[in-house]
Amino acid sequence: MKLKQIAFALAACGLALGFGSAQAQKLSGDKIVVGFITDMSSLYSDIDGPGGVEAIRMAIADMEKQFPGKKIELVYADHQNKADIASSKVREWIDQSGADVIIGGTNSATALATAKVAAEKKRPYIAIGAATSRLTNEDCTPYTVHYAYDTVALANGTGSAVVKSGGKSWFFLTADYAFGHSLEKDTSDVVKASGGTVVGAVRVPLNASDFSSFLLQAQNSKAQILGLANAGGDTINAIKAANEFGVTKTMKLAGLLMFINDIHSLGLKTTEGMYLTDGWYWDLNADTRAWGQRFFTKMKRMPSMLQAADFSAVNHYLAAVKAVGSDDPDAVMAQMKKTPINDMFAKGGKILPNGRMVHDMYLMQVKSPAESKTPWDYFKVAQTIPGDVAFAPQGGTKCTLK
Amino acid sequence: MTELFGIPIPAFLSQLLLGLVNGSFYAILSLGLAVIFGLLNVINFNHGALYMMGAIFAWMGLTYFNINYWVMLIVAPVLVGIFGMITERLLLRHLYKLDHLYGLLLTFGLTLLIEGFFRSFYGVSGLPYQVPEALSGATNLGFMTLPNYRAWVVLASLVVCMGTWFVIERTKLGALLRAGTENAKLTEAFGVNVPLMVTLTYGFGTALAGFAGVLAAPILQVQPLMGSNLIIVVFAVVVIGGMGSILGSIVTGLGLGVIEGLTRVFYPEASATVVFLLMVVVLLLRPAGLFGKEK
Repeated sequence: MKLKQIAFALAACGLALGFGSAQAQKLSGDKIVVGFITDMSSLYSDIDGPGGVEAIRMAIADMEKQFPGKKIELVYADHQNKADIASSKVREWIDQSGADVIIGGTNSATALATAKVAAEKKRPYIAIGAATSRLTNEDCTPYTVHYAYDTVALANGTGSAVVKSGGKSWFFLTADYAFGHSLEKDTSDVVKASGGTVVGAVRVPLNASDFSSFLLQAQNSKAQILGLANAGGDTINAIKAANEFGVTKTMKLAGLLMFINDIHSLGLKTTEGMYLTDGWYWDLNADTRAWGQRFFTKMKRMPSMLQAADFSAVNHYLAAVKAVGSDDPDAVMAQMKKTPINDMFAKGGKILPNGRMVHDMYLMQVKSPAESKTPWDYFKVAQTIPGDVAFAPQGGTKCTLK
Repeated sequence: MTELFGIPIPAFLSQLLLGLVNGSFYAILSLGLAVIFGLLNVINFNHGALYMMGAIFAWMGLTYFNINYWVMLIVAPVLVGIFGMITERLLLRHLYKLDHLYGLLLTFGLTLLIEGFFRSFYGVSGLPYQVPEALSGATNLGFMTLPNYRAWVVLASLVVCMGTWFVIERTKLGALLRAGTENAKLTEAFGVNVPLMVTLTYGFGTALAGFAGVLAAPILQVQPLMGSNLIIVVFAVVVIGGMGSILGSIVTGLGLGVIEGLTRVFYPEASATVVFLLMVVVLLLRPAGLFGKEK
């Protein structure tokens, strides 16, 4: 470990010398502008939203002393889950406010639109809340970094781990739109590859609110595992009804995209024993606990994976600017890609040429009410999934960036 | 096993029953809308927000004051009703002489305000609310296991719906209400305080929304936007049943719940749209709705 750190330090020194600019920072507009576009008010605003803004503020506060005499500015906006709002806002920030980097919050559609604008304007774009693996696959760009997680990692995590622990036959409850379909497909691939079977699926319209009919169909399938290929309120309503109808007595639930906030709102009594894949949890180690506590004092709740990643990503970006001594997009991108990420979010994280940030993921099992000792004490790590395994796409990548 | 349309009879029956449960929610909510529209001529767009308030009040009662579900089933609707009466007195009152559209816009604005208010406090991921102890568990009906709470929902909503229908259509009070809206001046000449009656009616209609909210709290995600998903369907129910028709809204609510439930088995992808499809058909064939009268 020590040796590794020394190696990094040497590498960093070498780089600084290599670039030759003796740390006289050349910043466009003499300041750094961070743009953050996310859902601030609607269904995804608890997992990112205002908490994400606070996390980025914390990162900026930490790094500010490294840029004496310079200002680091944060601009943020609510994209209302509309791709056109996201792209026009980001365009405006880059053209008029001189945004140097864009941090992208939740919603895959907005992320795909923002990535296009950022690439056209040559600005680093760090996507955090969006799940779609298209960002680093067919829609990859030289300026996109996909930081926290994606549908491939969710499928690899929950899918393979659950099959290995004996859940061989699966039935999917799928949100009937692009995100749900790709999550179902990715997970089915992994389940089959690990030796499991998929006995059926029911496609449920978005915001169906009542899931009882669909759950009875799932129950009649006699599958062991009910895979929930949906998110947010749909997942919550499905789990509530699954408990009520006794589905949880005969089937085990696997939430394919769930956040700590979902568990908080359902309560442990309802979710006990469930599996889910997460990229970060506040109670993993001393670093995560310290940061979680710091966030908690500000927001009065524990951070989600996305909020932790917001902090880490801005940190990583600013460190890269510091290292190259300029906010030149290409130089900063190159620096970010060659520097490993070692902070409270990831240990030994690395950004691949296609923009995928690879780091360990965790298969979590939800604790029982008796096991939970403190508020927000919800998960135990069932398995650590090494980054290379978690983010390995089934069937290769369509991205040609080298 | 015997089959009906390709699915086993027990499965068919259980889906029918589940449809009835959802229909109960549609019935109570559309009943409230029908009462308000029928007697006040207001298209009450904030009905979904009031339903959400009912559910959140139930949660607040339990969380902050340790008041159980049964008490909140009465208290929450009363509070929502009082809130409704205040908005009627302060705001809606001034719009009666104008086009329906103004009432709709005002109540839509109120929806945004109410939802935004609760969202700023509680966020959107939802608040936990358990099924009350006495109704937890399930009964085996032979063809399916029905959670006791769902049975209670059907029972409670039927009683409330039929009670409302009876009061409005079969009692003197109901007759006065209908007379007051038909011809306010003439009714006032008989010594009836029409403005007060209108306020109380609006209060009652909104209380129904609050009641549905409390009923929904244990089985659905309790969160500030829960009403906006439902309200559009409920409006479709009202349109199909005939704007302002009390009995129409009850029967259509239950019926559409059942139809939606069956769609979930035969073609799940269409279950969110089937109600609107029916609305189109009904509007083409009977523009006033199934139970409405042409004016």
